[in-house]
Amino acid sequence: MPERRPIVGSSPIRKEGLAKVTGRAQYVDDISLPGMWYGATVRSTIARGAIRSIAFDPAIDWSQFTIVTAADIPGKNTIIHLTEDHHCLAADRINHPGEPILLLAHPDKTVLPAAVAAVHIEYDELPGVFTIEDSELGAAGDESKVIWHGDNPAHHSPNTFKTFVMQKGDEPLPEAELEKIFAAADFIVEGEYRTGAQEQLYIENNGVIAEAFRHPDGSLDSVCVSGSMQCPYYLVHALELVFNLPAEKCRVIQTETGGAFGGKEDFPSVIGSHAALLALKSGHPVKICYDRAEDLIGTTKRHPSRTRHRTAVSADGKLLAGTIDIALDGGAYVTLSPVVLSRATIHAPGPYHWPHLAVRAKAMATNIAPHGAFRGFGAPQSLFALERHMDKIAKVVGLTPEELRRRNFLSTGMHTATGQHLSDPVDMDGLLTRALRESNYHAKRAEFDRTNPTSTVKRGIGFASFMHGSGFTGSGERRLNSVVHIEITPEGRPNILVSSTEFGQGTNTILAQVCADALRIPYDEVLVAQPDTSIVPNSGPTVASRTAMIVGKLIERASESLLATLLPYLSSRGDTLLAFDTAAEESAHHARGRAHYTAAQFRTAAQHYLREHGRLVASARYQAPGNIFWDDDQYRGDAYPTYAWAVYVAEVAVDTLTYSAEVTDFHALQEVGKVIHPVLAKGQIEGGVAQGIGYALYEKCVYVDGLMRNNQMTNYIMPTSADLPPIHVHFEETPSIHGPQGAKGIGELPMDGPAPAILNAIEHATGIAFTEVPLLPEDIFERMTRTPASGTEDLNPSIDLDTRTETEVSA
Amino acid sequence: MTTISLTVNGQPATVTAPPMKRLLDVLREDLHLTGAKEGCGEGECGSCSVLMNGELVNSCLVPILQAEGAQITTIEGVADQEKLHPIQQCFLEHGGAQCGICTPGMILATQHLLDKYPQPTLAQIKEGLAGNLCRCTGYMRIFEAVQQAAAKSTTTKSTTTESATTESTTTESTTPKLVTPP
Repeated sequence: MPERRPIVGSSPIRKEGLAKVTGRAQYVDDISLPGMWYGATVRSTIARGAIRSIAFDPAIDWSQFTIVTAADIPGKNTIIHLTEDHHCLAADRINHPGEPILLLAHPDKTVLPAAVAAVHIEYDELPGVFTIEDSELGAAGDESKVIWHGDNPAHHSPNTFKTFVMQKGDEPLPEAELEKIFAAADFIVEGEYRTGAQEQLYIENNGVIAEAFRHPDGSLDSVCVSGSMQCPYYLVHALELVFNLPAEKCRVIQTETGGAFGGKEDFPSVIGSHAALLALKSGHPVKICYDRAEDLIGTTKRHPSRTRHRTAVSADGKLLAGTIDIALDGGAYVTLSPVVLSRATIHAPGPYHWPHLAVRAKAMATNIAPHGAFRGFGAPQSLFALERHMDKIAKVVGLTPEELRRRNFLSTGMHTATGQHLSDPVDMDGLLTRALRESNYHAKRAEFDRTNPTSTVKRGIGFASFMHGSGFTGSGERRLNSVVHIEITPEGRPNILVSSTEFGQGTNTILAQVCADALRIPYDEVLVAQPDTSIVPNSGPTVASRTAMIVGKLIERASESLLATLLPYLSSRGDTLLAFDTAAEESAHHARGRAHYTAAQFRTAAQHYLREHGRLVASARYQAPGNIFWDDDQYRGDAYPTYAWAVYVAEVAVDTLTYSAEVTDFHALQEVGKVIHPVLAKGQIEGGVAQGIGYALYEKCVYVDGLMRNNQMTNYIMPTSADLPPIHVHFEETPSIHGPQGAKGIGELPMDGPAPAILNAIEHATGIAFTEVPLLPEDIFERMTRTPASGTEDLNPSIDLDTRTETEVSA
Repeated sequence: MTTISLTVNGQPATVTAPPMKRLLDVLREDLHLTGAKEGCGEGECGSCSVLMNGELVNSCLVPILQAEGAQITTIEGVADQEKLHPIQQCFLEHGGAQCGICTPGMILATQHLLDKYPQPTLAQIKEGLAGNLCRCTGYMRIFEAVQQAAAKSTTTKSTTTESATTESTTTESTTPKLVTPP
């Protein structure tokens, strides 16, 4: 029998790929149900205030419509995330522009826009709070700016959704002791950094189809929502409260999903509840698919942030102590802000050793649509600040950006700022060396320094060093308690049953690869069920770079258990199928690679089992590793089972005639454990880098009175194929015990590095230390044309500047 | 209402619709060809791309009135029955499709590009696909898929740029079948 080549590590064709390239894949808007109606949302036109009256224009025959208000909600008027402050439909108070107030349904979707416009709502308007700074005034006691109160004032200051304090050391230094370190330090480097909101801009807008089923007596039996989403069980939970139904009466089915990036993590709970309310009242299936303009004003975006660093540094470039103050703009309701803030907090110290550190973080309320999950989930904000700040420290101390980082990198055996002992190998030094070599960094830096003074196009190269934790933060995975099933079909094939969703990243494919290797059968034999909560267990949400590592490991365990069950049926079929006893003598990996039976023999054995026992379902439930501990109260311990580590290098050209900056080359090097599918993994990194380039240079949400005004693809600009540089992806693979065959998470990592690497490169090119993204040509123009006298800030530290001073003057 | 006759994927079709109804909606609602997607509704994203008389158009910007007598090719007409077009095969093999929502438009844009430039340079590919947005891939896998599809076409008979192009490419006898991965 030939050796079976492991499928993990190779690049089979993605499971749902054929349907996608032939146009047969069924996205929610491609599906029609018999008797289906269409739904639309009437939204507030003000940011803050109270509803005074609602009037329906008599020019419309409203008897043809189903109209749903908050009064029609059978259960609680809330969209549950972590708290219940987020209304399903506004009943009286308005807290952000575009807040849903009323729902309409009609059999003809073309009449809906006019009907939405014919609902006239009058308000008693109040001045809105649109910035972190305004929200802080409310928190500090300005009653006119208080827009949010927690359930328990003892736990929450006004306007403050969540705070964290994370301090290095089992016994953190008192403030006064920390100040002594600052007082004695050779340098104190301060900086403030900001990031803007960013739209996920999945090409398929949010959309769902809902049905409601009644008992013969007319009472509600159950609801079913199909649609574009990441987390079917989040929506089940939301429906339970809105409809006052038990979980088993709230069925949720994920349809093919055209991109998500976090934008379909929490929001489907809103649109799904809305459509189900219309379905219940109308007696028809109801589809709501937003158009782009509505999706852009109504759904979540990345949290804007402000991060302040104050760092004590020694003359030889050692970080001595730091304080990091993070503020996120959470929007109008809590939603996921506390967990986004958590990831921002834990990633704020970066891959560096801090002898003393205090991170103080808060998420603030504003009268803007709630900000939510977006790839990176807080880490891109705090790592942007840190990696810009590290370049600033280097400049102050007089070291190169490279040397400063080398003197402070975390390495194997050290402790992170939460006190996590890094037992897995960590080699940031090696990653940095390789990334700089791959990108030809030193030669390019020297070349640009030589050519820039005589060129109108200033070129630069910069990098960022960072990490991203895989899986839920802290005790999150323990609480999720995820389960997977693998069921044998009547044909004798394994069918993976998970609520983990495919939305482009490759969930279906990589889980099938892991299963195939563990069962030692071909990849094509493995089936993956459509996520439908009536048949799949809760394997947790598809977020937090957890699917490959956490769910993949569960699939591996369930497959092993399935194989153990089938073993007698396989081994009884002839001596060629034996030899399992020798497997123990081989390495686990080698054993996986050995085929002891054909796919046909596996099927036969599985069918034999079914004939004898009727059904075969193997399952695996998450078991927290015994050596992983987290203290939620003290914010200390093992924040993540493991981390992916990376160094990204960006090369830029800034045209001093047009003030446009473009990325001209990009190298992304990361250590991500075993790469399960090299083609998909490269695609993940490249796609994340492209989003990161957009975050840095193109994508600006323009808010006026809390409303996104550029809510079109025409004026919210994401990178096109013509805008991107070559993106070179390099992997290092250090297997981790936490993932299947050593895999770690990679989904979010590539979002973290590009923005700071690009701005570091722009500083090299221009000598100007920009501190905010997005950085558009008008921002560059404003800064480059500012006369020294008109400037209110000096972003360059007051030490002897190197040759870049010349560049800046000439620019 | 107006009655329009056109040819879609080689099949004659007659539809009665409001004259300003978008070609995209006629394809999706009247002809039940849902491969073309709506991403933005204003001609920015290209996910509704189809070929109209051999030209790449955003079907969300074409009133059906303008499609009288037109030859339309949608993603459903690119493969020959179960036999994939080399472009589709290359998108599959090289990771050109992730979430898949831009893929139908991207494949038609590629077909249009390769009709025009059978051996495109990278610059021509980047320019040729710039009207089709992809949020997942960062385009690198797509460029590779296009280059591989172009390389494959050198081993087959080069397609012409006549209006019957779509017909001739989909019936190319050397088009490989969907293969099982190694």
